[in-house]
Amino acid sequence: MYISYAEAIALALKEELRRDRNLTVIGEDIGRYGGVFKATRGLFEEFGEERIKDTPISETAILGIAVGCSMLGYRVVAEIMYIDFMTLGCDQIINQAAKMHYMSGGRLNVPVVFRTQGGAGIRNAAQHSQSLEAWYMHIPGLKVVMPSTPYDAKGLLKSAIRDENPVLFIEHKKLYNTKGEVPEDDYTIKIGSADIKRKGSDITLISNSYMVFNTLEAADKLNEVYGIDCEVIDLRSISPLDKESIVRSVIKNNRVAVIHEACLQGGIGGEIASIVQSEAFDYLDWPVLRIGGPFTPVPFCDELEDHFILNADTIVQKVADHFKLA
Amino acid sequence: MDFFKTLPLEKKLDLYSTMKKIRLFEQTVFQLTSQGLVHGSVHFYIGQEAIAAGIIACLKKEDYIMSTHRCHGHMIAKGADLKKMFAEIMGRVDGYCRGKGGTMHLLDPDIGMMGTNGIVGAGIPIATGLGYACSNFEKGKAVVCFFGDGAINTGAFHESLNIASLWKLPVIYVCENNLYAISTSIGKAASVSDLSRRAVAYGMPGYNTDGNSLPQVLNTARRCIDSVKAGSGPCLMICNTYRQLGHSIHDPRSYRTKEEEDKWLKKDPIARYETLLKKEGVLKENQIPKIDEKLKEEINDALEFAKNCKKPAQKDLFEDVYKLC
Repeated sequence: MYISYAEAIALALKEELRRDRNLTVIGEDIGRYGGVFKATRGLFEEFGEERIKDTPISETAILGIAVGCSMLGYRVVAEIMYIDFMTLGCDQIINQAAKMHYMSGGRLNVPVVFRTQGGAGIRNAAQHSQSLEAWYMHIPGLKVVMPSTPYDAKGLLKSAIRDENPVLFIEHKKLYNTKGEVPEDDYTIKIGSADIKRKGSDITLISNSYMVFNTLEAADKLNEVYGIDCEVIDLRSISPLDKESIVRSVIKNNRVAVIHEACLQGGIGGEIASIVQSEAFDYLDWPVLRIGGPFTPVPFCDELEDHFILNADTIVQKVADHFKLA
Repeated sequence: MDFFKTLPLEKKLDLYSTMKKIRLFEQTVFQLTSQGLVHGSVHFYIGQEAIAAGIIACLKKEDYIMSTHRCHGHMIAKGADLKKMFAEIMGRVDGYCRGKGGTMHLLDPDIGMMGTNGIVGAGIPIATGLGYACSNFEKGKAVVCFFGDGAINTGAFHESLNIASLWKLPVIYVCENNLYAISTSIGKAASVSDLSRRAVAYGMPGYNTDGNSLPQVLNTARRCIDSVKAGSGPCLMICNTYRQLGHSIHDPRSYRTKEEEDKWLKKDPIARYETLLKKEGVLKENQIPKIDEKLKEEINDALEFAKNCKKPAQKDLFEDVYKLC
């Protein structure tokens, strides 16, 4: 099937709702309306309001109800419309769900999925456009997943739902209409496995979510302009991180750059650079390059927002400058 | 209806014993803190025992409760194992949470005691989620969500009660109004003096009860639980009481007067209940030493067990961060 990212999400939910009769989906405008990004379209019609539950605008309650219900083994996928809104209820993610298994000495676990989306690019200004994944990768007990393609979205969402731990599933608003091939059959993708989206033997470019596509475009341009063959790794999961794939590629290529949409300061690039330097230092021919968003809120004005988001040309320029390509 | 009156004699005595067990357990924990055997913050329930005992007496084993940082009373009333409680509070590996939770995170899913929380108000949405699970998958069960007066001004409280009422979830929200959130009195924290009026905003019944009177707590709880189990939706029950000790072990209580404390000590729930039982002829003076002796023995045995438990090994630091799939 050649379907969109949003359709892949809805398909994964639909298949899991059919498979697990105790699974429910809750969130704002996810019912008859089908979600503001249409990622729950068609679910209400098939499963009814008992299982596809519209909620008031009450992020703490949405997340807490999902935690409480999942604790009893009845899995819940809770949707928070924007990752920016998660700040309103993130006690339930950080202090409750993520710590429950540990604090209870293993007696309880919370098999819940918190679905949300982040990222800039639709002229929604500073409170609807953030990339906050780095906050959450800092929390032990929580898994953080960020698919970039329809194929990955379906397979990873199924894994997230079947996981025994809380999973934060971060989609990207600019990806919902992108299309790709998705098998009709039941498949899962292991959480914590990165994917090589482009093989290459000169420089390793590591990225996540929407920025994978700008990185792929940059890789093509680097090849055209400088004859450099880049490998592009899509992390897919932020926590756990697929250290093995990262290190393997660095050992092979000896040069590495990390590229993400989120602000450079405190972004996931620092963590990856540190892993590379501690586990593959002897294989590095060059310091690790980190490329990230500017340390500003996301602006409203279209031209300013475009300037905020890293594009392929900027990535090419930074890679060429850093590795002194000519 | 006076449900208390209909209770069999043994049940009335059981409730007396439960309250005393909670008190003795906590007095023992208090001693352990001064002996350096319990570390960290401990929040005592002394003075509020009638609430845990009276409400939980109306529940079945399979019904759920959600507690707070002040949880010892709820645990004991729901039937927790004192050995594992002491062991956990002392940070031992045989405790309820293998020494990883402590007094603020005690729980026992086997008896429907689903959690204790270090974040004020955070248990309320989780309990609402338990109610959501019951209404979808475990019909006929009820959830009692305990919290203090400090929690009723959190967003979690407002959001949860609204949804619970909207979805008719089987949850009894029990506010133990002990008059203080650490040092801040309820008069300085809540915009209404009659806290049960908050229920009006969520379209659910609200009840005020004397939290130091076991019969009154029990009667109100019975009514709430019956209504919730009949599918009428949630209710809010305010139990007015007093925290006889400070917020935690470290609290000098400089924000309140000795006169106020003395006034409330005269309304001690155990003493009041004892007087009532004697008046009713249910309890005779000469039975009391026997009851006390039995409780003391149970507490001492449990404490002895806990003292002999090991602390977790260093490698346990890394256990149970994630559940292996």
